[in-house]
Amino acid sequence: MLEIRGLHARVVGKEILKGVDLTVRAGEVHAIMGPNGSGKSTLAGVLAGRETFDVTAGTVTFDGKDLLPLSPEERAWAGVFLGFQYPVEIPGVTNATFLRAAINARRKQRGEAELDAVDFLKLVKQQMRLLQMDETFLHRSLNEGFSGGEKKRNEILQMALLSPRLAVLDETDSGLDIDALRVVAGGVNALRGPDRAIVLVTHYQRLLDYVKPDHVHVLSAGRIVRSGGPELAKELEAKGYGWLAGPAAKPAATKA
Amino acid sequence: MTVADRPAPPAAKAAAPAADAFLARARALTVDGPAWFAARRAEALARFAARGFPTLRDEDWKYTSLARLAATPWAPPDRAPPRAEVAARVQRSRLHLAGGLVLVFVDGRYAPDLSVVPPQLAGVLFGSLADALRNAPSHLEPHLARIAAGGDRPFADLSTAGFDDGVLLHATPGTCVPVPVEVLHVTTRPGTASFPRTLVVAESGSRVTVVEHHVALTDAPYVSMPVVEVAVAQHAAVEHVLWQEEADTAFHVATVAAHQARDSRFSSCVLTLGGALARTDVDVTLDGEGAEATLHGLNLVFGARHADQHTRLDHARPHGTSRQLYKSILDGTAVGVFNGKVIVRPGAQKTDAQQAQHNLLLSPGATADTKPELEIYADDVKCAHGATVGRLDDDKLFYLRSRGLPEAAARDLLLRAFARDVTDRIQIEAVRVRLDRWMTERMPALAGREDRT
Ligand SMILES: Nc1ncnc2c1ncn2[C@@H]1O[C@H](COP(=O)(O)OP(=O)(O)O)[C@@H](O)[C@H]1O
Ligand SMILES: [Mg+2]
Repeated sequence: MLEIRGLHARVVGKEILKGVDLTVRAGEVHAIMGPNGSGKSTLAGVLAGRETFDVTAGTVTFDGKDLLPLSPEERAWAGVFLGFQYPVEIPGVTNATFLRAAINARRKQRGEAELDAVDFLKLVKQQMRLLQMDETFLHRSLNEGFSGGEKKRNEILQMALLSPRLAVLDETDSGLDIDALRVVAGGVNALRGPDRAIVLVTHYQRLLDYVKPDHVHVLSAGRIVRSGGPELAKELEAKGYGWLAGPAAKPAATKA
Repeated sequence: MTVADRPAPPAAKAAAPAADAFLARARALTVDGPAWFAARRAEALARFAARGFPTLRDEDWKYTSLARLAATPWAPPDRAPPRAEVAARVQRSRLHLAGGLVLVFVDGRYAPDLSVVPPQLAGVLFGSLADALRNAPSHLEPHLARIAAGGDRPFADLSTAGFDDGVLLHATPGTCVPVPVEVLHVTTRPGTASFPRTLVVAESGSRVTVVEHHVALTDAPYVSMPVVEVAVAQHAAVEHVLWQEEADTAFHVATVAAHQARDSRFSSCVLTLGGALARTDVDVTLDGEGAEATLHGLNLVFGARHADQHTRLDHARPHGTSRQLYKSILDGTAVGVFNGKVIVRPGAQKTDAQQAQHNLLLSPGATADTKPELEIYADDVKCAHGATVGRLDDDKLFYLRSRGLPEAAARDLLLRAFARDVTDRIQIEAVRVRLDRWMTERMPALAGREDRT
């Protein structure tokens, strides 16, 4: 579904990604772990089409099509979703307005009729119940004044409503208490399916106890330095990243 | 060198065909009214004749050039009856509020046949100011050409010297006018100058809302110089909306002046949507204890247009409250100017004055000049002001687009979000809806490709 080959990317002239290779197949859940500043969010941003990241080499294909020339919205229409590490606050746009605009943009793109207010509310309220979100969130400005955990739930709500084919969740688990983590994990598991894939960027083993990954990768200094099964996450939890770092670390082939 | 250091401009009155035309026109007017009015008119005429149009050397006008306005010998509108299409324009522009009074003026002249007078309007006197001056002028005397007078107000002087007609709206004590009164000004004649004039007298305990809407039936340049005077007696409440959708080539120079007595409330909303050059002065005197003024405005300015909003809030008595919120969205090579002066007089203790002005620049060529001016002569007061100039936030745009909103839709949403805290303050839903529709129809030009420069 997703093929990343030799991806290099810069931010304000500084090379952050230095040759990332990753293959994600339909039905799989991948976890990307790694120390702070290793480029995980950069990779996620590149996949979603963030223009501040400059791709200098490499390819990214999604369902066999070149993803890189597409605008962020075209990627969304193709089924790519990025759960932001830091969801953006937008005062003056209510959550409801935003969610409905997002759903309808997608439907319009597929040639489907737009959802009217009644159908939209039915759909969104049902999803909010599953995520144990209070309905008052609908009428508040998007993410404005939301706690960290509320923002992350709101990301999962968006994901659930848009049901993407590829969800890249950037530290959606950080800052969550255990109940919120369960709810978020439930949302992620609900998305799992043979046609979909999920990439979890995380620091912690914790989330992986609830969302079992098929593959775990370690991103360090702009490269994937190690790939393995779920046991790799446990090992990282026990030993940290230190044992992987340094010149000895070889970029591991990401046999998926 | 600061402006104040410069010698007074000796040539201020020279080469102003507009001034010559206005003065000739005002001198030819016969005053059909009381002696006090004739005197005020003559004084205003003399003041303008001596002063002439402001220039960039005038502190209050240093960002707004009137050179093009002053260089044109604007004609008075002719007296031909309104054409049939005017009625259609009125139908389209009206808010169609059930039971509402609608006073229509065409090229500055009252058009009774286009106006709508509901059968039930107890306690409100209304109609043509020219008629009122002829008939029962005693209650006009304390207010007309008094509230918008004093200081340096060349455009108020021009209006007083030259207006043909206008609106008088008089709410008698305790009257609550349940439906907003609409005053609709339609300009049909290019090349002309009109002086729409409004006097609102809200007697003690009364409440009235006035929506003054300016539209045009021509795309060619004209000038409209409305002056609104509002007298708010104690415990009265007046809400005034100046909603201008002038032609994009037009000049619009407006004055809204309010005088507030004890415990009164006044609210002004200025929606600047049209005009090649738009200048609005909102000037409020809180001349009684416990008075409250709420001023807000939205300028949507694109192309090469210029919108200048000045406010002057004079806290003359204790326990006054004022709230100001003005926002501008500027695109193309548009220029937005804001100057907000707050004066707190000696003894006006416990004044609470807040002012905020925010600008959103959509293009590299757009500019905003914003300046608060506080003159505080009392010590126990709260005064706050803030101003920002910013651009559309790339992080917000990316967030919205990453959810599948096309770029234009994302921009549109962010523009509306920027305007929202002003638009939310508009109490009349019909105006909010119309503004929203205007944005929908015009926003693609604002946000999009064609109309940017
Ligand atoms: N917008 C930016 N401007 C400048 N530097 C950035 C920007 N975004 C990321 N970086 C830098 O890129 C590196 C990788 O950051 P990031 O991808 O956020 O790492 P991670 O998500 O793994 O913690 C860091 O050194 C960070 O400082
Ligand atoms: Mg990160």
